Amino acid sequence: MDTPDGLKYSKDHEWVRVEGDIGTIGITDFAQGELGDVVYVELPEAGKTISKGESFGTIEAVKAVSELYSPVSGEVVEINDKLEGDPALVNQSPYDDGWMVKLKLADPGELSDLMEAAAYKEMVGE
Amino acid sequence: MPTMPDNELNIFEKSRHGRRGLSLPKNGIDAKPLETLIEKRFLRNKPPELPEVPESEVVRHFVGLSMKNHHIDKGFYPLGSCTMKYNPKINERTCRLPGFSCAHPFQNDSTVQGALELMFSTAEYLSEIAGMHAVTLQPVAGAHGELCGMLITRKYHEKQGKQRKYVILPDSAHGTNPASVVCAGFQVKQVKSSADGTLSPDDLRAVIDEDTAAVMLTNPNTLGLFETEIEEIAKIVHDVGALLYMDGANLNAQLGIVRPGDLGFDIVHFNLHKTFSTPHGGGGPGSGPVGVVEKLESFLPVPVVTKRTDGNRHSFHLSYDRPDSIGKLHAFYGNFGVVVRACTYILMNGGEGLREVSEAAVINANYLKEKLRGKFDLPYPQHCMHEFVLSGNRQKKRGIRTTDMAKRMLDFGVHAPTCYFPLIVPEALMIEPTETETRETLDRFVEIMIQIDREVDEMPQTLKDAPHNTPVRRLDERKAATDLDVAWRTDDKL
Repeated sequence: MDTPDGLKYSKDHEWVRVEGDIGTIGITDFAQGELGDVVYVELPEAGKTISKGESFGTIEAVKAVSELYSPVSGEVVEINDKLEGDPALVNQSPYDDGWMVKLKLADPGELSDLMEAAAYKEMVGE
Repeated sequence: MPTMPDNELNIFEKSRHGRRGLSLPKNGIDAKPLETLIEKRFLRNKPPELPEVPESEVVRHFVGLSMKNHHIDKGFYPLGSCTMKYNPKINERTCRLPGFSCAHPFQNDSTVQGALELMFSTAEYLSEIAGMHAVTLQPVAGAHGELCGMLITRKYHEKQGKQRKYVILPDSAHGTNPASVVCAGFQVKQVKSSADGTLSPDDLRAVIDEDTAAVMLTNPNTLGLFETEIEEIAKIVHDVGALLYMDGANLNAQLGIVRPGDLGFDIVHFNLHKTFSTPHGGGGPGSGPVGVVEKLESFLPVPVVTKRTDGNRHSFHLSYDRPDSIGKLHAFYGNFGVVVRACTYILMNGGEGLREVSEAAVINANYLKEKLRGKFDLPYPQHCMHEFVLSGNRQKKRGIRTTDMAKRMLDFGVHAPTCYFPLIVPEALMIEPTETETRETLDRFVEIMIQIDREVDEMPQTLKDAPHNTPVRRLDERKAATDLDVAWRTDDKL
């Protein structure tokens, strides 16, 4: 299981990569492995404001459908359009090509509530 | 390598112009052109392309297909929460009686008295089995029954003067439950199962309020556990004026032992294609009758079969005069042929027999559970009802997922159990043997499961590549879910 350093992790198995005031969000390698083959990802429209802990979309895998919970608050500035045609990117490249949304962070202070890679690894028992 | 017969060809590809399976005798009546009998606008532009194949090839073709398939007449089918039980062959005889199979839905009531009486009686039997006041046979699937129940719930609250917002479901619910709730215009509130896998009254109290329209439970729940606090739960639900709905997918554990109506349920759906031995899955069609308590009877879908008694004479009628009805849910009267099969099953078993069905189903499940718990994790170890849920966690730690074990079972001629459901059990394997399996079949299944567990260490690659002995190997599940195309040819116009 891959859990890169430098990202922030939530207990709902999402990650955030912070660059300036933009946070890129996706699901972890552990999460994609548990879900199995992803067949559909439903994402919000750009411009939508999302609060921390709120559902920003759904992910449908062969086994089950799950909500995607935002680890931080902010306004959606970009979504990953490629996932519509190729949802398998979430399985193949959860931290790069499989990213989901980019948010303009409303409160960078929220990041301190999230886990570092080591703590996340411990949580999922790796 | 050529095989004989070539079962890769479909029936249309086997067709050769002019071949016949049947010769029609001369009938002595002159043929007329079709256009003189039927208006042109109703006629096809070109004749239907029907396969022209001799009888012997038709038989081989379909026997060949049935051999490729896995079905209950061929092998063990321990599919939890779906009750894939044996379909007694007498059901197929009764539903083919010409009075049933040749009846037309537009026939006058007076010419189909037997069919109407059968519907009336079956509804009465189901009412008695579930302790309900009245039953509609119209819904044609379990989820259709759920939708019917939720629409009745909507109508009930509307008549009470105040519409409500939420329906509460436990996190172990069937996926159809939230879908039915939303289709009927309600929102879902989820409540967590307690540590022992059942619903705790305190957890329910914490989320229920006057905006709650109904609480929907499966009992026994999808972990195969009886909701032991159900009477207190019913009281909590009724105290806020909400209704208690039972998803009857697991009714196979309760026949003749406990009645949902006596436990406080207001609405129950039945899966005739599960509990009452009618065909299921691809072989359907299904039937999901709904039973209600007296205060909800007026909301049932139309038409309702009514009985009129005049001295010693009884007659049966289709009544549409139900102003509070939620309306029609399906063309005509539901899947009538399925109802004939279920009625046959009920009558062939009788009251005592139905109780034995449930007792044997529960005993068989507990037998398997005890035999398998040494090799597999059993997260909810208490006495189960007709099914139980193992976790493949122990095997996952050794590198093999539940899906690999499930695919491997196919190699041994066993249908895989329900996997990865309920969602609250990681790597779930939900096993339901049903009542008709012999001790020898159950023991053989245990041997297979123990062998697979051994293979996790000894031949893991065999598991990862399974199945090996089936007509097709492991499928691309993503492609099957997103890009399914089962049509042979789609370019034909009528």
